[in-house]
Amino acid sequence: MITQSSGPVLVALKELAKIYRTSEVEVNAVCGVTLEIHKGDFLAVMGASGSGKSSLMNMLGCLDRSSSGTYWLDGVDVARLDRNELAGLRNRKLGFVFQGFNLLARTSALENVELPLLYSDPAVPLRERRQRALQALEWVGLSPRAKHHPSQLSGGQQQRVAIARALVNWPELILADEPTGNLDTRTGIEIMQLFQTLNASGITIIMVTHEPDIAEYCKRIVQMRDGRVVSDTGKPSPRIGGPRELGSS
Amino acid sequence: MLSRLSQTAWIAIRALSRNKLRSGLTALGIIIGVASVIAMVAVGNGARIRIQSQVAALGQNLLTIFAGSSRSGGVNAGAGSASVITLADVQAIGREVTDVVALSPEVSTPAQAIANGRNWSTSIVGESPDYLIIRDWKLAAGRMFTEREVRAAARIALIGSETATELFGPLDPLGQTVRIKNIPFVITGVLMSKGAGMGQNQDDRIIVPYTTVMKRLTGDRYLRSVNVQIGSAERMEAAQQQITSLLRQRHRLGAERSDDFSIFNQKEIADTASSITTVITLLLGAIAGISLLVGGIGIMNIMLVSVTERTREIGIRIAVGARASAIKMQFLIEAITLSIFGGSVGVIAGIGTSKLISFTGNFKPVVSGGSILLAFGVSVAIGIFFGFYPATRAAALDPIDALRYE
Repeated sequence: MITQSSGPVLVALKELAKIYRTSEVEVNAVCGVTLEIHKGDFLAVMGASGSGKSSLMNMLGCLDRSSSGTYWLDGVDVARLDRNELAGLRNRKLGFVFQGFNLLARTSALENVELPLLYSDPAVPLRERRQRALQALEWVGLSPRAKHHPSQLSGGQQQRVAIARALVNWPELILADEPTGNLDTRTGIEIMQLFQTLNASGITIIMVTHEPDIAEYCKRIVQMRDGRVVSDTGKPSPRIGGPRELGSS
Repeated sequence: MLSRLSQTAWIAIRALSRNKLRSGLTALGIIIGVASVIAMVAVGNGARIRIQSQVAALGQNLLTIFAGSSRSGGVNAGAGSASVITLADVQAIGREVTDVVALSPEVSTPAQAIANGRNWSTSIVGESPDYLIIRDWKLAAGRMFTEREVRAAARIALIGSETATELFGPLDPLGQTVRIKNIPFVITGVLMSKGAGMGQNQDDRIIVPYTTVMKRLTGDRYLRSVNVQIGSAERMEAAQQQITSLLRQRHRLGAERSDDFSIFNQKEIADTASSITTVITLLLGAIAGISLLVGGIGIMNIMLVSVTERTREIGIRIAVGARASAIKMQFLIEAITLSIFGGSVGVIAGIGTSKLISFTGNFKPVVSGGSILLAFGVSVAIGIFFGFYPATRAAALDPIDALRYE
């Protein structure tokens, strides 16, 4: 197994499994995934729908608990934490980017970005919240649109706001679930370039995609099928700017 | 802790201001509830005060003795049906009932009054010089007739304020002559306006000595009624009993016969009126309270809809690190904010409505501080109570389902 070891281990999964039980059937969504992700990694999880990648992401995002196996995040055994501690962990160490952007409607870009800071412990004062949110917006190149509401922004811009929200707390890990799925190819490339810049500044990124062209921007690609990892390929030197024109595919 | 709470309050208020229309409509239920509690209690209070003052305007510690029985059974036809109170009865009451401080025999007849080239149908009331004291009535101008003028059956008259306006318009009626049944009367006094009360217009009348009515106008030998003032409120009951036994004795009524007169006790009427208005106030307040409750259920309803509608928002908040307690507090604070806002606006609307009612007529609602405090307190309690369930539902949402919610 080739893995990119660019730093200390951030995520360590050992035989991680998720079983959904309904009244009549048991679905083994994730069955025994063992994986190490290092700080600074940029990982794409690929697989057909039903391959267990979403279940894996939910567990990685501390939104769902595993049925068995262990998940160490930055040296912490996540299974031992209670609901509130998980919330704190999500707030400090994780950032989320969703396919459908998931911004609050009728709320300015700035306030959307501020959202994680509202739940920080200790509380962040208003002035500092504003300042840090503006900085994050500047990072994604949207500071001129701080006052705009999501409905006044294009899809790409909305996703940038979502990325700004994910990075406003400078998390260890950003989890992106099909971040380009709702965007046209060109905008998708822009978003991927933004992720690459973020990654270059030290943030570890795990993203789910089913588009090989998009996965090409990542350093490492993990393929899943039927809840298992079937291939894991580290890419030694990703090219900033994309490997080739995606429009031709 | 405090900064955390203020942070959550900030989130809640931002969330409410994002949905101004819905927030406003939700608060409307509480606004109407609180406003109606305050206005209805004010109306009830106003009614009580007005009835009390009307009863008091009848005169202090007043007993009115009517000829005829008030009993409805048997052969008695009711008050005033038999003219059996005589002047001798009145003199006996004045002589033997020590608690009586003033007394005025009353006779009356409707008549056409002619003066200043106009004529006006009014009632002519015969009284004694004590009458104005008993009724606590003041003169706007002129003087009351004297005992001597009563004995002489003098042709002098006091004129009610409305009668004066009808007959003389802007002219001063004092010293003018008014003709009643072709007999000229000199007007020596004008009564202050007392307003309509107890079912009759007290300002449209002419008051003359009772002897004048009996001798010159009607020829009656009996009295319609007698107004008696008692020295103190505590002696009312005793005086009423003394008068009753005195009159029974004078009328030679055996133990088996019922009274051939009836006594109207002003204090009893006042007590009855005040207990009735208290019940009415409670009733109005209770009806308004129900609307406050409905307003509270409205808050719960909207908050539940809001939790469902904002499922995804809740999911996002949980994903970025909101604790369940923070979500719960947010929705609770939203509900409480709505109810406090509704309560405040409701208090203003309630006071405004009461003012408006007092502008539209001669009725004056009286806003009580207690009703404001109560209505406001109840509305806040309703916010907490009805906000609790939706807030708990919001906090219990599963973030993964919530994020996928369409």
